[in-house]
Amino acid sequence: MSRSEGSGGGRRRVLQVKFVPDEEVLKHIADDTGIKVRKDKPQPSISLKRFVKKLENISDDEPQEILEEKNYVATLGICTQDPMGNGTSVSGGEVYSFQAPKRSSKMAELASELAHTPEQSVAPDHSKGPGKTAKTPQSSKHSSSNKEQLRSKKKEFVSTTPYRLRKRLAAPDSCLESESEYSASCSEEEDEEDQQEVSTVLSGQKTPAKTKAAPTPPPRNSLAKKNKEEKMSNLMEEYFEAHSSSKVLTSDRTLQKLRKRRLNQETLRDLLTKAPLAYAAEIKELNQQHESLFSKWMLQLHLGFNIVLYGLGSKRDLLEKFRTSLLQDSVHLVVNGYFPSITVRSILNSITEEVLDHIGTFRSPLDQLEFITKRFKEDPSLELYVLIHNLDSQMLRGERSQQILAQLSSLPSIYLIASIDHINAPLMWDQAKLSLYNWLWYETTTFSPYVEETSYENSLLVQQSGSLALSSLTHVLRSLTPNARGIFRLLAQYQLEKKDNPSYPGLSFQDFYQQCREAFLVNSDLTLRAQLTEFRDHKLIRTKRGADGVEYLLIPVDDSTLTDFLENQDEDA
Amino acid sequence: MSDNAAARGDMSTCSVSKGCFVFKPSTKKRKLSQSTAHDFGIRNDDSEDTELRFVTCQSLWNQIKSETEKVQEDLNKQLLDNLMNFLSRFHSEFQEKTAEWTCRMKFREIPTAALVLGVNVTDHDLTFRSVSDFLQNNITPYIALLEAKDCPGIKNLMQKLMGQLMNCYVDVDSLEDEDYVQVSQNRIRCSMSSLIKWYESVTKKTDSETPSKKRTTSTHWQSPPVVVIFKDMESFTTKVLQDFIVICSQHIHELPLVLIFGIATSPMIIHRLLPHSVSSLLCIELFQSLSCKDHLSTIIDKLLLTAQFPFKLGEKVLQVLINIFLYHDFSVQNFIKGFQLCIVEHFYSQPLSVLCCQLADLQKRVHSLSHDQCENIRRLPSFRRYVEEQESGKQVALLTTDNFLKEETQKLLEDLHVYHENYVSVLRCLHVFTSSLPKYPLGKQIRELHCACLENQVWETEEYESSLQLARMLNKSDLVTMLQQCMEILLSSSGKEFDKTVEKLKKFLTEFENLEAEAFQEQDVSISSQKELQKKTDLYHLQKTLLELKESRRSKKLTKFEMLRFEVVDYIDSLVRKYLVPADRRTLHEILYFNTAAVLRGHLNAAPRTALHTALNNPHWYLKNQALKCDGGSISNKAPDICIVYKLHLECGRLINLVDWLEAFSTVVMAGEEPNADTASSDQMDDIIHARFIRAVSELELLGFIKPSKQKTDHVARLTWGGC
Repeated sequence: MSRSEGSGGGRRRVLQVKFVPDEEVLKHIADDTGIKVRKDKPQPSISLKRFVKKLENISDDEPQEILEEKNYVATLGICTQDPMGNGTSVSGGEVYSFQAPKRSSKMAELASELAHTPEQSVAPDHSKGPGKTAKTPQSSKHSSSNKEQLRSKKKEFVSTTPYRLRKRLAAPDSCLESESEYSASCSEEEDEEDQQEVSTVLSGQKTPAKTKAAPTPPPRNSLAKKNKEEKMSNLMEEYFEAHSSSKVLTSDRTLQKLRKRRLNQETLRDLLTKAPLAYAAEIKELNQQHESLFSKWMLQLHLGFNIVLYGLGSKRDLLEKFRTSLLQDSVHLVVNGYFPSITVRSILNSITEEVLDHIGTFRSPLDQLEFITKRFKEDPSLELYVLIHNLDSQMLRGERSQQILAQLSSLPSIYLIASIDHINAPLMWDQAKLSLYNWLWYETTTFSPYVEETSYENSLLVQQSGSLALSSLTHVLRSLTPNARGIFRLLAQYQLEKKDNPSYPGLSFQDFYQQCREAFLVNSDLTLRAQLTEFRDHKLIRTKRGADGVEYLLIPVDDSTLTDFLENQDEDA
Repeated sequence: MSDNAAARGDMSTCSVSKGCFVFKPSTKKRKLSQSTAHDFGIRNDDSEDTELRFVTCQSLWNQIKSETEKVQEDLNKQLLDNLMNFLSRFHSEFQEKTAEWTCRMKFREIPTAALVLGVNVTDHDLTFRSVSDFLQNNITPYIALLEAKDCPGIKNLMQKLMGQLMNCYVDVDSLEDEDYVQVSQNRIRCSMSSLIKWYESVTKKTDSETPSKKRTTSTHWQSPPVVVIFKDMESFTTKVLQDFIVICSQHIHELPLVLIFGIATSPMIIHRLLPHSVSSLLCIELFQSLSCKDHLSTIIDKLLLTAQFPFKLGEKVLQVLINIFLYHDFSVQNFIKGFQLCIVEHFYSQPLSVLCCQLADLQKRVHSLSHDQCENIRRLPSFRRYVEEQESGKQVALLTTDNFLKEETQKLLEDLHVYHENYVSVLRCLHVFTSSLPKYPLGKQIRELHCACLENQVWETEEYESSLQLARMLNKSDLVTMLQQCMEILLSSSGKEFDKTVEKLKKFLTEFENLEAEAFQEQDVSISSQKELQKKTDLYHLQKTLLELKESRRSKKLTKFEMLRFEVVDYIDSLVRKYLVPADRRTLHEILYFNTAAVLRGHLNAAPRTALHTALNNPHWYLKNQALKCDGGSISNKAPDICIVYKLHLECGRLINLVDWLEAFSTVVMAGEEPNADTASSDQMDDIIHARFIRAVSELELLGFIKPSKQKTDHVARLTWGGC
């Protein structure tokens, strides 16, 4: 839970201490006193406490409170060896801290770096080759050979930086280029609102820049060897740099320009089943470790605890295995939290209707809960195991839902075992809910893909709405008059003609009226307006007013669907 | 949702139409009550002991539970008595209609008790339960417990209130007119007047009832007050509270209403929540419950520093529990929960815990140990240490003869019990000394001292050294009272070894008394010198005499008192060295002391974000594959897709271009799969990589690292920062 990561400023300071020990402190000592210090790391047998004390004696600039909190961290046993190998050796604030400025090309750099990291002795140019050539034709539609050249050139100058960062990173020669390259991309202004949104997500971490944890400098950064103070001021600068600009510095490329833009759900699934699962053996081993705990879970459930599983990887299969191996002979309820229309109501309904065989409805979930509580208290032989996959899903994470589930789980004869995945999931629970849930936490990192959990999601890259929108379009259009169909067709054709223009605002009403008249589809702008109102009611079109007050009409469907639609229409006709 | 999956016979839980699946095995197959002990045994081979272990565990836990409840009850007693007095005062006023009462009626004041309970909200439930039980048994059947979450509006509040009051009426009275109440509850309009009507009818009924029926209410007062408890006053909306109070004050002369506010912060909150016009309608009396810190101290005192329970906590475990308490929640309930987990964990994971029982049962259990269990004993590190210290003949016997081992084990365990008893007594004595020293070098609370003593040999620490120094400077009266306290502690302890110690302390005390007599004689000398001082008015002479005095004092030998003081401190020191040996130096401590703090911390104070972070940044931690091994912050290009995608996204700012991301990803993956890149058709390869990328991105979205953004086409927004 987030408790141990802490979000207070004080805790973040701890990190600095935590972060420092191995080399920095020794370096620091060596610099200060000029005495040659042995480079060996503190023996594990020396308790951290004592080590910190040593540190106190040497450097006076470390404030006392840090030491105390350090003690706290030490006593909480972060340094203790863990047989299960939980990944808790990292202290909290190293994990997620502030936003720092990033250069726009860093991802490509890292990619090429990662591509060569291991022993493979491929020349840089060579291995960059295949990746490139595989991609170039896809964007060639836009006569981008020139641009492509520029891009590759940019990749050679490893650090392309906006001029604002020039003083921090010395790569002045490529500045002008990067400016021209990204001039278009700067066009998008990030509005204040969204910034707000981002910062609310981070709200727990909004503390003055000074307490920011030091991000590890990238390995090739020559500035890595910096004095601590300098680093501090640099961090501050970085913080304000990152937050001062409202521009988005990313390239303008879109998926539209790639040849294979979107895959639909089925092809995606097919492709993924074809791709072999990496590290199957190791994952199996991990799972076996977790499965050995099943009987312990049962015991602890029976003793009044509830169990929550966390860690990377889908825990669905694990829970399913638990269910099929141990719960076969008892009444149990499985809740797919990731199901898009799951509600607490439906969970309660399945308990009252199917488990308790009650017929009738309830005024509110609270009444229903009361009923369930009463029934379970009356009949001690009644037992129910509840398995919830993704307790932290979009639909269940609300305060009220969690309250009800917590109360449900606090009943002695209801045994809850749930999984969470979202990094902020523990924030759902306050002390009161936590004590109702009475959790025992189990780390079950499985590394298995979230197949089921993400299958419902409206993923960015998956073409999902396509087929649905197409069928609805044809369906609605079929019920219209031929004239109306013609009007819509005109608009669609016009929109397709302009599809290469990213700043296409839509067709203005006057132009559209003109075109319709020419095609003998309407005889007055009133009839057109009436028709458009009907379209709008069916959400076939959208209108928006431009800066000059002109009304623009747009079909809110992506171009490929529109093309398909027009083709279908042609076949019908 | 009507189709029952089990009825269909298929057990699948994947569906696109529903999210809840109920499985009901046919009744004949269903085990009615699965024995919990069954779960206990699956893991271990020594099945003969699991049953016994489980029974021991359960009985121990039940003992501890009842003990904690008793402690809680004792601590609440004061509070409850005060409440009782408060209620009875108002009640008698109401009955007798005294002048005070009429005066209060004129101002329409509602008697109100404000319970200041402290920030440990999770413990409040227990307190309220005992309060309401107490009131129910002794004063009035009419109690309503309201929580803020049930009362978003005044209407809900009234509904809840009347529901609870009328239900309790049913509970107290016979069930014959249940129907009447059931109906009325649904139909009655939620208003104060109906509540009053109900109250009148109820009180009249009990008054006119036959004596035989009256026995149920006999403990209650005549026309008992209606008590409304607001569990979490701070969370109620101001408006609801205000309205309720104003309405009630209008009817206070008809309905003997008493409010109880549960307050977590400070009493000031009443005035902050309610305007003066409303708070003036309340006649508030403040009640303070015991602070959670004191509660914890009592619990530790009763559970850990006692010879009553064979099970003990090791240093690290105790430290973890205390830290969770102090740094996270101040919740005594959670502490007890942690303690329960320790017990379960100990009995579950340590097969020898079967010997963790009362001394009376020990002999039988030791003698019924199987050969495997004997081997388990021989494997214990502390036992091996012990064996090495023995002479060779005994060594062989210990390692080969089971019966001899059993004898020895029993002896050692009995020693361990005795050790613990003595330990506790001496610890308390030491605490008497250290708790009065300035700056508390060894801690103010006995739990801190306890942890220090368990951690390592306390007499080797600097803190101990400095506290001895300070103890050598104590004055006589303090020293005498401390010695007396120590004597009481040692006398009350059941250990037999302390007879001599008590004798010795007695001797010290008498010597101190003798000193007093001697001091009288010495006093004359000093007084005379004092007089001399007063006589001189000359500054030069004054200085001179003072210097002389100082000289004489320095050169003088230690006074008798000082000598005695040294002796006392040295004696205490010797006691400490003898009895406060850390538990993990004792042979067979593994059987009685639970010391796996990491497990406890993992279950109670988990860090899911850190686990995610590690899995994404350093997959080798979990997947022990050589290909994944990488030093420093980087990861191999053969890492799982999600790790690569995560690593790449760390290099971006607020927004991430999906196309760039995809391209970077495919660059990395292609490099990782170099060998067969030529063989497979690159087109298909591309598709697969694309699909893998999609999967990894949507997984990151599920984990909350990114979210879709409308700011720019084909961009996602990043939600976390920092790290690598």
